[in-house]
Amino acid sequence: MIRPDSNLILEISNLHASVEDQPILRGVNLKVRAGEIHAVMGRNGSGKSTLSKVIAGHPAYTVTSGSVSFQGKDLLAMEPEERARTGVFLGFQYPVEIPGVSNLEFLRVATNIRRQQTGEEELDTFEFEDLVQTRLQMVQMNPNFLERSVNEGFSGGEKKRNEILQMALLEPIIAILDETDSGLDIDALRVVASGVNQLSKPSTATLLITHYQRLLNEIIPDYVHVMSSGKILRTGGKELAIELEQSGYDWIEQTVTSKEGH
Amino acid sequence: MAACRQWVEYLPPPDGVLEKCQRISRQALMNFGLPTHELEAWRLTDLNRLKEILNLPISAKDNELKIKTNESFVKAPNNIVQIIIDPLKNPLESTNLPTGFKVLSSKELQEKLDQSKLYDSINENWTIALNHASTEQILALKIEGKELPPLELVIPSQAGFFSPTRVILLLEKNTKLDLLQVVSGSENSAQSHLIDIEVGQDAELQHNFIALGGGQASLLAQIAVNQMNGSNYSFAALQHGWALSRLEPRINQLNGKAKTKLKGLQISNGKQQLATHSSVQFNGPEGQLEQLQKTAASESSHCIFNGEINVPQIAQKTNAAQLSRNLLLSNRARIDTKPELEIVADDVRCTHGATISNLQEEELFYLQSRGIKAETATSLLLKAYCQEILNNFHVDASRWFDINNLLARIK
Ligand SMILES: Nc1ncnc2c1ncn2[C@@H]1O[C@H](COP(=O)(O)OP(=O)(O)OP(=O)(O)O)[C@@H](O)[C@H]1O
Ligand SMILES: [Mg+2]
Repeated sequence: MIRPDSNLILEISNLHASVEDQPILRGVNLKVRAGEIHAVMGRNGSGKSTLSKVIAGHPAYTVTSGSVSFQGKDLLAMEPEERARTGVFLGFQYPVEIPGVSNLEFLRVATNIRRQQTGEEELDTFEFEDLVQTRLQMVQMNPNFLERSVNEGFSGGEKKRNEILQMALLEPIIAILDETDSGLDIDALRVVASGVNQLSKPSTATLLITHYQRLLNEIIPDYVHVMSSGKILRTGGKELAIELEQSGYDWIEQTVTSKEGH
Repeated sequence: MAACRQWVEYLPPPDGVLEKCQRISRQALMNFGLPTHELEAWRLTDLNRLKEILNLPISAKDNELKIKTNESFVKAPNNIVQIIIDPLKNPLESTNLPTGFKVLSSKELQEKLDQSKLYDSINENWTIALNHASTEQILALKIEGKELPPLELVIPSQAGFFSPTRVILLLEKNTKLDLLQVVSGSENSAQSHLIDIEVGQDAELQHNFIALGGGQASLLAQIAVNQMNGSNYSFAALQHGWALSRLEPRINQLNGKAKTKLKGLQISNGKQQLATHSSVQFNGPEGQLEQLQKTAASESSHCIFNGEINVPQIAQKTNAAQLSRNLLLSNRARIDTKPELEIVADDVRCTHGATISNLQEEELFYLQSRGIKAETATSLLLKAYCQEILNNFHVDASRWFDINNLLARIK
């Protein structure tokens, strides 16, 4: 929901980032206000995941210039864990498996860290069980997954649900969901979408990275951005996603190039 | 050579039940001298530290024994038979053994020593010779029964002294036992420990070995196991905190048809050097081995694993798997891992593998991205890594160490 007077949550200005001296982000600009849902689309390799990981603080990427501020604070100066604590959540495109670390224990530790930050009381094992049960229902996930190691042996779709479960427990201020829809069957997509919708509040925001219009029928975006070669080339409303679905990316890149040519 | 000669000359004259062992061993040591890097088995050992061991005086009476663990942990729960092995005292003086545990008479012991290949091994193996040159006391038990209480052998150290200890355990046919050994080092102590175990026909032994050093402590330990057919021997070891430690599990499946499991975990930091030299000999058909050795080496430490497996012609249908998995936590640390398989029999399945990797950056980042601090995330991942070995420890073993504390020291 767009309300021009609502608070600015995330502001990315002229962000450049590289991996081993290879530039990947080449000047990203983006403003996200409370209550808004943004979709980021773009070709494979255009830099969408890189953008999400730079926001979350992945050590492989070096920010060479530009800034990212989160609720007025310099996000780039914070450690990845601090970013998470203050309310930045990244749902990974490829969640890693962590053998030997219990999913339940991991979820409890992470939840309590976030609760500490928001001034809520920490939950003991029993209280946490109760909370996790309600959140499991939200994503319609089998409680058996709690007993296993983090993501270990989870199917692609199960890993994505586990990401949404974490989001539901951590209640972030901004959730960046990197292709949470890919690999989900149609029912799972609805479940995940309804989870995201239930969790979004006027005070929070969502950044959806997706290739498919399908998800955007379930979670209606306020803005759709198209990334190409490490930049946001174009921003529009929901109709932009529909146009992309019909005509692909060529026409945008061509129009932009011809504009730049003049 | 001179170092060994001098050391031997300082020993009291050979005496007691082990008199013959002492004589042979002292002669062997004088012939050997100190091991050198030319010997394959000692190629990577820090010989300066080995030499320092020989500079220490032998344990003397009336010195205070140190068990480097919280006293309340040490206290054994009622259901456990705990024996504290003081190198100078008869270890059984203050212990009442329950039914099923019998001390070998000196005649039985003498027979045992004479019929085993001990005298040969003394001449072949430096650590055995070192132990026998100096041990005066021996704990030798015959154990029989299916519902036995767990046996706990605690091997304390004396700061500034060299303490040799020697144990023989004979598990009779069909016997089932849980054995825990705790070797505890202290500032500038050195220990030599030698245990012989016979696992009788269809007998089953779960053997946990916890070796926790401290300061400049060093340890040379050999676990020599003979398995009869149908027997089941599981060994799980934890090594940490030694300036120099060397664990030598040597398993012999006398007639094959036995099962052996070896699980080892070495966690090193500072300038520690921790080594495991295992050897498994299949002397009959249808033997099985499952071996997993894990290492986490940090700072400037050095971990060594050498895994020998011997499958002669007679050992057809042997099924052996050895895996060595290692975590290199710092670029100053060093890990050497080497399988040594000698397979002559043709109808066998023997697999081995070794990996050395760093903590996975993606796993760390995943945890951090959920608000977990880098150090906590590291400990969590390390703990998960160690758990695969620690799962093999008996519940009562865990009171001797707090894995979270231990891992908190690893950077
Ligand atoms: N750690 C890395 N090392 C080397 N190259 C990288 C790294 N991360 C990203 N890249 C490169 O940067 C470019 C952008 O990758 P990114 O994963 O951000 O694309 P994406 O838009 O998310 O693509 P997709 O739609 O396929 O998920 C790609 O060419 C990729 O190979
Ligand atoms: Mg991507």
